[in-house]
Amino acid sequence: MGTGKWVGVFAALNIRSKLFWIIIAILALALIPFYLGDFLVVFVTEMLIMALFAISLNLLFGYTGLLSFGHAAYFSVGAYTTGLFLLRVSPSLPLAFLLAIILATLSAWIIGFFCVRLDEIYFAMLTLAFGMMVHTILWKWDSLTGGADGLVGIPRPILNFFGLKIGLSSITNYYYFTLIIVGICIFILWVIVNSPFGLILKSIRENHERVEFVGISMRRYRLFSFAISGCFCGVAGALFAPFEMSIAPDIAFWTKSAEPVFMSLLGGMRIFVGPAVGAAIYMYLKEIISGYTELWMIYLGAVLIGFVIFLPGGIVGFIHRKLYAVGEETP
Amino acid sequence: MDRVMFFFFFLNGLTSAMTLFIIASGLTLIFGVLGILNLAHGSLFMLGAYFAFQFTYWLGSFWWALIIAPLVCAGVGIILERFLLRPVYGIHITFQLLLTFGIILLVTDIVRFFWGVAYYTVSEPEMLMGALPMLGAGYPRYNLFVILMGILVGLAIWFLLTKTKVGKMVRAASSDKEVANGLGINVPQLYAVVFAFGAFLAGLAGVLAAPLRSIMLELDVHTIIEAFAVVVIGGLGSIPGALLGSLLLGQLNAFGIFYFSRFEMAFMYVLMAIILIIRPRGLFGEEVA
Amino acid sequence: MNTGINILETRGLRKHFGDLAAVAGVDLNFGEGELTAVIGPNGAGKTTFFNLVTGKLKPTAGKVYFRGRDITGLTPYQIARKGISRIFQITNLFPELTVYENIRVAVLSKMKETAKMLTFDRNLKRANDETDRILDTIGLSDKGNYLCGVISHGDQRLVETGVALAIDPVLLLLDEPTGGMGPEETDEMVKFIRGLIEKQDITILLVEHDMSVVFSIAERIVVMHQGEIIADGKPYEIKADKGVREAYLGEE
Repeated sequence: MGTGKWVGVFAALNIRSKLFWIIIAILALALIPFYLGDFLVVFVTEMLIMALFAISLNLLFGYTGLLSFGHAAYFSVGAYTTGLFLLRVSPSLPLAFLLAIILATLSAWIIGFFCVRLDEIYFAMLTLAFGMMVHTILWKWDSLTGGADGLVGIPRPILNFFGLKIGLSSITNYYYFTLIIVGICIFILWVIVNSPFGLILKSIRENHERVEFVGISMRRYRLFSFAISGCFCGVAGALFAPFEMSIAPDIAFWTKSAEPVFMSLLGGMRIFVGPAVGAAIYMYLKEIISGYTELWMIYLGAVLIGFVIFLPGGIVGFIHRKLYAVGEETP
Repeated sequence: MDRVMFFFFFLNGLTSAMTLFIIASGLTLIFGVLGILNLAHGSLFMLGAYFAFQFTYWLGSFWWALIIAPLVCAGVGIILERFLLRPVYGIHITFQLLLTFGIILLVTDIVRFFWGVAYYTVSEPEMLMGALPMLGAGYPRYNLFVILMGILVGLAIWFLLTKTKVGKMVRAASSDKEVANGLGINVPQLYAVVFAFGAFLAGLAGVLAAPLRSIMLELDVHTIIEAFAVVVIGGLGSIPGALLGSLLLGQLNAFGIFYFSRFEMAFMYVLMAIILIIRPRGLFGEEVA
Repeated sequence: MNTGINILETRGLRKHFGDLAAVAGVDLNFGEGELTAVIGPNGAGKTTFFNLVTGKLKPTAGKVYFRGRDITGLTPYQIARKGISRIFQITNLFPELTVYENIRVAVLSKMKETAKMLTFDRNLKRANDETDRILDTIGLSDKGNYLCGVISHGDQRLVETGVALAIDPVLLLLDEPTGGMGPEETDEMVKFIRGLIEKQDITILLVEHDMSVVFSIAERIVVMHQGEIIADGKPYEIKADKGVREAYLGEE
């Protein structure tokens, strides 16, 4: 066994290597039910859903440069579609998810069509207006959505996986189910971000006027970003409904759209995994602080303000700069 | 609906329009001069409402609350501007929005700390209780008072902006900050004054609105949406726009429930969306690039 | 070398901002392969003219034809797709992308690979080669990894030019390419532009304030003043034109 092999192993174990951290993370996540109790498994499941929500929104926010205050709408469309389908049509989860994704993407496409013509504040305001329209519909259309009480008793169906029947009512099973779906979605988003399309989005963020002069329709690509983002937010919502087993219109309120943005800021919006890290930190802080005081919002508010003023690149951004000494070069 | 009832509904619309106008004019003024869209404006409104309850309770009279509460809110505004907003003036508007969202979280919990989650009510002062005989029926005196206050505030703002030196500085700064600087205007100080005034208005609106509704924790995030709608429809930075927008939405509020059924709330958002799509600058705003 | 084909033609082109006529009736045409300098005092309407041709502004009146087709009122991206490219007077790049990435965006657009979402960008070999080639042409191959926001001003102008070239334009509008450059950098840019004309069938319109640049490369000079054309001809003709001298060269 030559030293070459060992050098290779040590290189792979290089703490700067992203692959190293990814493997560690995957292992840690895969083994969670084995070393954490039920309560924490539920907690991590919710964290994964929020991480997907945040990363999806960040495609539009951190990568394309558009701040939307209305993406909770697509999360809610995904959640309500799934919930309604499972409750009233059929306990087939794949069909529910499919419908949820289609509706979430479609609504994002339609709403996005109007929004992407505007910039900055006006864009934010319009997304807010549409988001609140969705909220009002979910709240007031009692007969369909259960009104202010929302949907209760959403079942955890049995997944029919090529003949293998997997019940999702157990905490562990739903955790693995969520982990796999979220993992797939995050992988797809990662490929998108590193694709030619992803580079175009970044260029739109950097200078949305200039891209037109090299022959790219800024609106069309913004719309793609908006819709894809809405699509995966819808997946997060679809996972959320059977997870919580009851959902209410408040998930579409505008403050729920601000949460994933907050998470992206915390973790770092220019780095792919930033929002996921931010989601973890956000939920962890919320949980810990709630243990001591009911007033967790003061601390979270202070944290948010502190980050905006001192650390706008987020935690991962901070670490990234330190580890890779990013200045003129890019790694 | 008979004519008297129609007129009373109209007065209802004016009442809610006036409180909306007061808070929205503060919001639009802050945006026009400082360039910041203050998400926490609803929080200042909420503080005004809670202060209305608290000061009435402590001092025995709603009138004291009406005078003191907006001033306290202005003070809060000065603190917020000096310590939290000033560090971030140069940065991208996105971050400013997030910062003011952080302020919302802070203020909500501070309010919760002091007042808990219960609903509070405060009654109008004795002098304004009951109904004024009118058109064969009676209309609440307090509502008429609110309408009057709205008109007075509108006139006061108009006077301040057009006839006073400070007002002229404000108008100069809102059209071109560099010019204002060049003219020797102390811009940071002006920002503080404008923000404090905006906070004052928000607090005043909160106090005035307090006897008309329940005082509760969700006031901040619900009110800011309405204020946004007004400001968007009227045009960011335009006070006349804020007036027109609030009159429109006020009437929508009053008649909406009657004519539009359950989804009347959505009409505010629909109107907001239509304006943003067709004419983003709003009815009176400046040209959007 | 003018091959006689009309690349760009404007008829009665006007742009009014309220009462101000920034461009007040411009009739011009440019043949293929020409290198024309557009000069004039500040405020003459040169950049506004560029903005009208590239779709950044819509004309108040008049028409623009590109290769015989009416492009008046088209959006910038449509016009860029047809083959008109430009650089801006004030450097207008993607600051937090690297030099390489800046060029690559334009390359991807040219090759119509922009909608590819499910492949890794670095796997696109043709785009890689082309981006490297352009980087080489502008002489910045060794600075590919630097963020555009941190390189020198002269290098930024080069990147700006590279991005404009990367979409393989038929007509290239250079708005003060040597703006803010020192003497050596200006020489490099002049050599570069000369190289472009010699190698390709590209038509170039050049707005410049540096007269030494203008007289060393322009085959034709158009002089604008207060939105109108006051002179149009060969360099020696323009030098001798009294009206031009009054309006403009006198300032120098």
